[in-house]
This record gives sequence, structure tokens and C-alpha cells, in this order.
Amino acid sequence: MEHTNEERLKKEFQDMVKKNAPSSNFLKDCLAAFVVGGFICVIGQFVMNFFLGLGVPKEDVGYYVATIMVFLGAFLTGLGVYDNIGKFAGAGSIVPITGFSNSIVAPAMEFKREGFVFGVGAKMFVIAGPVLVYGISSSVIVGIIYYIINLFK
Amino acid sequence: MDYLRAFIVGGTICLIGQILMDKTSLTPARILVSFVTAGVILGAIGIYEPIVEYGKAGATVPLPGFGYSLAKGTIKEVEKYGLIGAFTGGIKATSAGIAAAIFFGYIMAIIFNPKAKS
Repeated sequence: MEHTNEERLKKEFQDMVKKNAPSSNFLKDCLAAFVVGGFICVIGQFVMNFFLGLGVPKEDVGYYVATIMVFLGAFLTGLGVYDNIGKFAGAGSIVPITGFSNSIVAPAMEFKREGFVFGVGAKMFVIAGPVLVYGISSSVIVGIIYYIINLFK
Repeated sequence: MDYLRAFIVGGTICLIGQILMDKTSLTPARILVSFVTAGVILGAIGIYEPIVEYGKAGATVPLPGFGYSLAKGTIKEVEKYGLIGAFTGGIKATSAGIAAAIFFGYIMAIIFNPKAKS
């Protein structure tokens, strides 16, 4: 009797673990990421079309889109809305550039009590710093390689 | 049509990020770093350009688009100014995004306080 009860509990526990394991939500996660990420890009497209309509040249419109999207991401993070979207959307809210500004505002707010220099000023770059380090460094390498290739043309 | 393409391309890039997050132990910070770096490489070898042509904001708003701008700006400046362009081009092309992220990020962090975790 004691034994079967234990078995039953064991099984129930395993079922519970299985139910709560992230893999069972895999498809739902993917759908949420696709829809939310896609939707954020639609907003970006709207901003792009808006400024193109105002006569901004095509090669400069990216500046406007980046600025507006970064502003939106930062503002919604400040309001506390973006992190709620993030809980649902996962990568859908992380991968767009709004997620980049979220990664700046969230830790900066969190560490404000440590002061405006080492709190806000430094913690802003906890995630954005590595992104800039690797992004910019790899682009410098690309430039150097491109320069060398051109020497031999 | 623009909007549908942006939705599909942008959604797909985010979907790839989600699959990487669920199936590997990559943290969000590592996803961001690798997506930007991937964008630089794909931009440099000319693979990302057609994705941008097709998906427009769907390709430029996700972080690989940021990397793509870095690479494209660098190559453009190297062509124009030589080797120094490797150092000026990337940040010039992404200056708006970087300055906006620092400025708005700072302002918002000053104005708002973190919400209590529910």
C-alpha cells in the first residue's frame, strides 16, 4: 500500500514536471515570438513609410526608423509595459531593436539607487555594451578585410 | 504588401531567436550579441542585402539589421576614404540608433522607476 502510493506520487510529480517543462510550450513560444516580433516590424514599416512619405530620402530613412523604434522601446520599458510583452513574447520582444533599448533601460532603472554614474550610467551597458563591442569590432574587421581584398584587385 | 513582408521576415528572424533560446541554453544577452555579429557577417558577404530589399523594416528593425548597417556603412566608407573607413563607417551608419538608445535610455531610466514584480 505504502509502496504504490509512493509510485503514484512519483508519477504525478513526473507528470507535473513534464507539464511545466519549457519544451512543452515550445510551439506556443515560437508562435508568440513570430507574431509579436512580426508586429513590431510592422510598426517599424509604418514609421518607415511615414517618413518616406514626408520626402526623407531612402538611404536616410533608417535613421528615423531606428530613432523612433528605440524611443518606443525605451518609453514602453519605462512604463513597465515592455517587460509584460516580453514575458509573453520571448525572443519576439528581444530581437527587434526595441529589445536593445529595453536592455538599456531595464537595468539602468533597476540600479538607479546605486547612483547616477555607477548605477544608471554604468548599468545601462550591461547588455548593450557587449552588443556594441562585438558588433562594432566585427564591423572594423570587415572593413580591414575589405580594404585588403581591394588592394589585390 | 510592405507590411505583410515586414511581418513575415521580421517574425521569422524572431522565431529563429526563439528556437535558439528554447533549444540551446543561450541567454537573451548572448542572442543579442550573436544576432548583431551574424548581421555584420551576413551583411559583409552580401547575403543580408536581398533580405532587406524584400522585407524592408522586417529586416532592418531586428538586431541583425543593426549588424547589417554596421557592415554596409563600413564597406561604403572604406571605398570612399580607405582604411580609416573601417573605423568611421560602422558607427556613422548606426549613429542614430546608438545615440537614441543612450539618450532615451538614460532619460527613461531617470524618469521612471521599476515596477514591482507581480
